[in-house]
Amino acid sequence: MSEPRPDVADFATDFDHTDPKWVTDPFPIWDDLRERCPVAHTERYGGAWLPVTHEAVAAVAYDTEHFTSRSVIMSELRPDDTMLPAPIGIAPPITSDPPFHAMARRMLLPAFGPKKVAEYEAFTRDLCRELLDATTGASTLDAAVDYAQHIPVRVIVKMLGFPQEDADIFREFIHLVIEGVNVSAEERQAQFEASDIDVYLDARIQEHLDEPRDDLTTFLLEAELDGERLHPDHVRGTMILLMIAGIDTTWSAIGAALWHLAQNPEDRRRLASEPALMDTAVEEFLRAYAPVTMARMVAEDFEFEGCPFTKGDWVLLPFPAANRDPDAFPEADEVILDREVNRHAAFGLGIHRCLGSNLARMELRVALEEWIARYPDFELTDPDAVTWSAGQVRGPRSIPVHVS
Amino acid sequence: MRVHVDPERCQGHNRCYAIAPDLFEVDDLGFATEVGNGTVPTELEAQARLAVANCPEYAIVISEDA
Repeated sequence: MSEPRPDVADFATDFDHTDPKWVTDPFPIWDDLRERCPVAHTERYGGAWLPVTHEAVAAVAYDTEHFTSRSVIMSELRPDDTMLPAPIGIAPPITSDPPFHAMARRMLLPAFGPKKVAEYEAFTRDLCRELLDATTGASTLDAAVDYAQHIPVRVIVKMLGFPQEDADIFREFIHLVIEGVNVSAEERQAQFEASDIDVYLDARIQEHLDEPRDDLTTFLLEAELDGERLHPDHVRGTMILLMIAGIDTTWSAIGAALWHLAQNPEDRRRLASEPALMDTAVEEFLRAYAPVTMARMVAEDFEFEGCPFTKGDWVLLPFPAANRDPDAFPEADEVILDREVNRHAAFGLGIHRCLGSNLARMELRVALEEWIARYPDFELTDPDAVTWSAGQVRGPRSIPVHVS
Repeated sequence: MRVHVDPERCQGHNRCYAIAPDLFEVDDLGFATEVGNGTVPTELEAQARLAVANCPEYAIVISEDA
């Protein structure tokens, strides 16, 4: 293991999203930064910037000329122009820039539209019930470990047409990618090389090439980009993207909503007695506990909000901080289940809007509906026993609760 | 009242379609358009305003004079 980083003393000049203070409770940090400097800086990770207002976060998200998506996970492993085939990137289209981005994204959109996603609702509901059935008789359980973490991975595995029992392979890989940023570049490269995910995916791709099926893998293999089928490397990259983007994120959203409800009996009662509240409640959980912070790299030297952005600098893009900006949301730090006007940015803004937002919303809604139907009353066994993930996807990784 | 989705701004968040399914439709890619010529029946005006107010991309415009 590499040396642990020193704790952050001042987030305005030395921020680190893996610092224990940020991991446990980032909201006061962002509130403080919004007052003092709308864009914070750090020398860590080789140099990075952090806008914290809704306005500044949106400005970066919309500006695809000054900011490249070549790498969207900030770590010590900093890709330069030669390491990745820009503008495609390692996991298109999330790591792609215009104009390639639009083609790669358009190809995927039909697989994640609202009507397509609705086809997986019954599977998701059965899965949630099966997970809850397995907890029958328990007086305490872990809402993250026993429930939330299984839902998105098993839905993606189902969509790709892989065996359900392989879900663990995916969960372990995701943990490596998203929560393993706080190690040296050499260590991170070695971790990727040691992971057998490419071998696993190549085997599944070959099976689908030999015998096409009605699933997302065959959809990807038969999809055409500019009149040509995708190279299997592109298909594998896209599968890795679906895992990175679809598993930790939604697991975090489900977990954070359950964590909130475990501590707020009135919100629990309202959701149980007013099912029609679920639509606004889901949006409010997404706003208040948005799991995903993205990253960009500065594409060319320029000044942003008075700061000297230099080509190759990282820019962390904290949509969760934008969602708590009081200039954009009245009572931004309150969770208001019937908040009617909610222009939150949990799924990002601009051309990289989360491709899976319809899927995530469906999974979050179904997971909450089924949990509340089974356990309308539950509370944390010990608030200090709750642990949160470190990195750009923030969510509770352990939520021990009493159920009755 | 009429609503119109600006196709240059719409990124397919589908909030309008969820809030006001009688006023907006989405294509297979998830991009939204107004139903018909965008005329909003009086009883759906509140829904139309909510759809506008919940679009993260500010992609929906409302005109009162139709």
